[in-house]
Amino acid sequence: MNLTKLKKQVHLSGGQILDPLAKTITKKDILIENGKIKAFGNVKTSKSVQKIDCKGLIITHGFCDLHVHFREPGREDKETLESGSMAALAGGFTRVCVMPNTNPPIDSPEVIRYIVDRSEECPIYIHPIGAITKGQKGNELTEMGAMLAEGAVAFSDDGLPVTDSAMMRNALAYGTMFDIPIINHAEDLCLKQDGVMHEGIVSTNLGLPSSPDLTESNMVHRDLSLTLLTGGRLHVPHVSSSKSLDHIRLSKKSNDKVTAEVTPHHLFFTDNDLQGFDTNLKVAPPIRTISDQKALVEAVKDGTLDCIATDHAPHTIEDKESTFDLAPFGMIGLESCFGAVNKVLVKENNLNLLNLVQLLTTKPRDIMGFNNNLLDIGVHAELTVLDPKEEWIFSREDIQSKSKNSPFVGQNMYGRIKFTINKGHISKL
Amino acid sequence: MKHRHLLGLKDYPADDIKSIIDTAFSFKEVLERPIKKVPSLNGKTIVNLFFENSTRTRISFELAQKRLSADTVNFSASTSSLKKGETFKDTAQNLEAMKIDAVVMRHPTPGAPLHLTKHIDSIVINAGDGTHEHPTQAILDMTSLYEKFGYLKGLKIAIIGDISHSRVALSNIYGLKTMGAEVTLCGPSTLIPPFIEDLGVKVNYNIDEVIDWADALNVLRIQRERMHGGFLPSIREYRNLFGITTERLSQHKKELVIMHPGPINRGVEIDSAVADSDQAIILNQVLNGVASRMAILYLLLGGKLGEGND
Repeated sequence: MNLTKLKKQVHLSGGQILDPLAKTITKKDILIENGKIKAFGNVKTSKSVQKIDCKGLIITHGFCDLHVHFREPGREDKETLESGSMAALAGGFTRVCVMPNTNPPIDSPEVIRYIVDRSEECPIYIHPIGAITKGQKGNELTEMGAMLAEGAVAFSDDGLPVTDSAMMRNALAYGTMFDIPIINHAEDLCLKQDGVMHEGIVSTNLGLPSSPDLTESNMVHRDLSLTLLTGGRLHVPHVSSSKSLDHIRLSKKSNDKVTAEVTPHHLFFTDNDLQGFDTNLKVAPPIRTISDQKALVEAVKDGTLDCIATDHAPHTIEDKESTFDLAPFGMIGLESCFGAVNKVLVKENNLNLLNLVQLLTTKPRDIMGFNNNLLDIGVHAELTVLDPKEEWIFSREDIQSKSKNSPFVGQNMYGRIKFTINKGHISKL
Repeated sequence: MKHRHLLGLKDYPADDIKSIIDTAFSFKEVLERPIKKVPSLNGKTIVNLFFENSTRTRISFELAQKRLSADTVNFSASTSSLKKGETFKDTAQNLEAMKIDAVVMRHPTPGAPLHLTKHIDSIVINAGDGTHEHPTQAILDMTSLYEKFGYLKGLKIAIIGDISHSRVALSNIYGLKTMGAEVTLCGPSTLIPPFIEDLGVKVNYNIDEVIDWADALNVLRIQRERMHGGFLPSIREYRNLFGITTERLSQHKKELVIMHPGPINRGVEIDSAVADSDQAIILNQVLNGVASRMAILYLLLGGKLGEGND
């Protein structure tokens, strides 16, 4: 992939514009001048224009991912804001929210400022999510007000659940003053014990310590109830189980302050894929059964799940080449996202491409309150150009992240990102 | 043999299990002779890689290797460079670089032997991977049952105790089901893995019904640490509900074969008198362990059958 500065004038010619806000797909050219959208339709160009052939391609909003781990500060050997940005662009993402489980954690206004300042130099927009509790320890609330003032967009102790129900209640209640989402990694650690995969016939076959789906759904149910009690806003990350979906679906009927995301890997894989003990498939919450996977697809279709987020979690080869018990949880996911979810949802389960794009653009931006007006004259070009039908096999060479821990390597993909235009630059496959 | 390695008995072919059992009987004859050594694996080098404490399995393998005239090297985690932070992969590749033919490995993590096959070219034999499989134990158990009954198909085997944490149980289930035996599991419900019945076994919590049904009992070791974490309230409670006691057996007027993979917790899961009785074949299992492991090494490392019987 290469990243170059946009020429003064750039002409996206022959493509179809998919507008996820207006819900339209129309064949129109776009002229970008000085990094901003200048005109649509029959554009007039100068001789020195940079013409990009978009025939057969879809031009749409740059993707937005609410859930990535860029490991900075602290584990720059796994990922940096720069390398994470390149992974994002390769996946069509122009904007991401980074989780606070760094070292030190993003739990103070100063660290928020550090991320915001560092992201200025990056080719994508990076928004920090602050920790709910100091040091992610679950004991004291962070200075949410000051962190928001510095650029935090939401709060989460991601990676670690807020186990103490009173603390979770206070976090949700405190968050109401700012109307921002509280994101809780829902796993009941007492029930989880040393579980490294979903409890089922496959875990019994493999002899691996496992934890049942209730590990997630019990805590999701608690959080939903606390949201109702406090009036807070809850965003449920990486939903993996059918039981959690039942709780979320029911709750949403009477509470509009609940949103939820799903990862490409929970949509794509089932616990059966763990038969080879591939540590790249060790994630938290774990990959579950085929019936959970089907329920996730249905929940995307009926709106129970609001958006797709990758939970991009880079780990070094050394860490992941370990045995299954010692390997850390998590996989990278930005580069493989579109090809994977387009295959599962559009090709195999007849979701509209327009609906899928909404799950990657307008829906996540709505949750975080980001600007959605991206296809208008005068706005900064933040666009993704994709081929919705290209069939390809994901390989290590497609990975831009510093880490290579992807179980998608070798998998058939459907649909591919061709160009990403953002912050006055264009990245090409 | 269909598989190059012996990682587990899941999907292991019945024909190959039968070949191992038949070969084990040939080697058992060798073990009865005054000179117990054959030159079958002369010149082959086998490393016993033990990342977890083991006495009987390691000695059994080592004896099997020596009886076959293989060169053996022992490596245990406590004396190794693992404590110096060397990774599993480096340890494996270092060993391989020394030109070896096979690795016998015990490791506390399920899947570790499969993981090893991805890093080295040698033949890998699983000597127990955490709570996953212990295929050579299951094969020696089946060899012992075959020796006793003359058949495995239709044989009724009960496995008693902590099934959840037992690699012996899982390998026995896979192997016995493949060979056409019937299997019933009996133990505290907290120590029976979820969905285990999907493997074609029955679960019955009533030990007396199970004794009435079974041709043989395979009694597993109960570890005292299971009291932590709420799996078991007490040893007394366990003995009352599942203990293979003299008193309990005396109430069942039937011939019953008693097995135990060892090490035995006398007075916990089984009474001393039962373990030492004529119906127990526990020490025979130990001898069959050496013969079975000889058979496995011999068949996987490509010795010639003629040589083995010379």
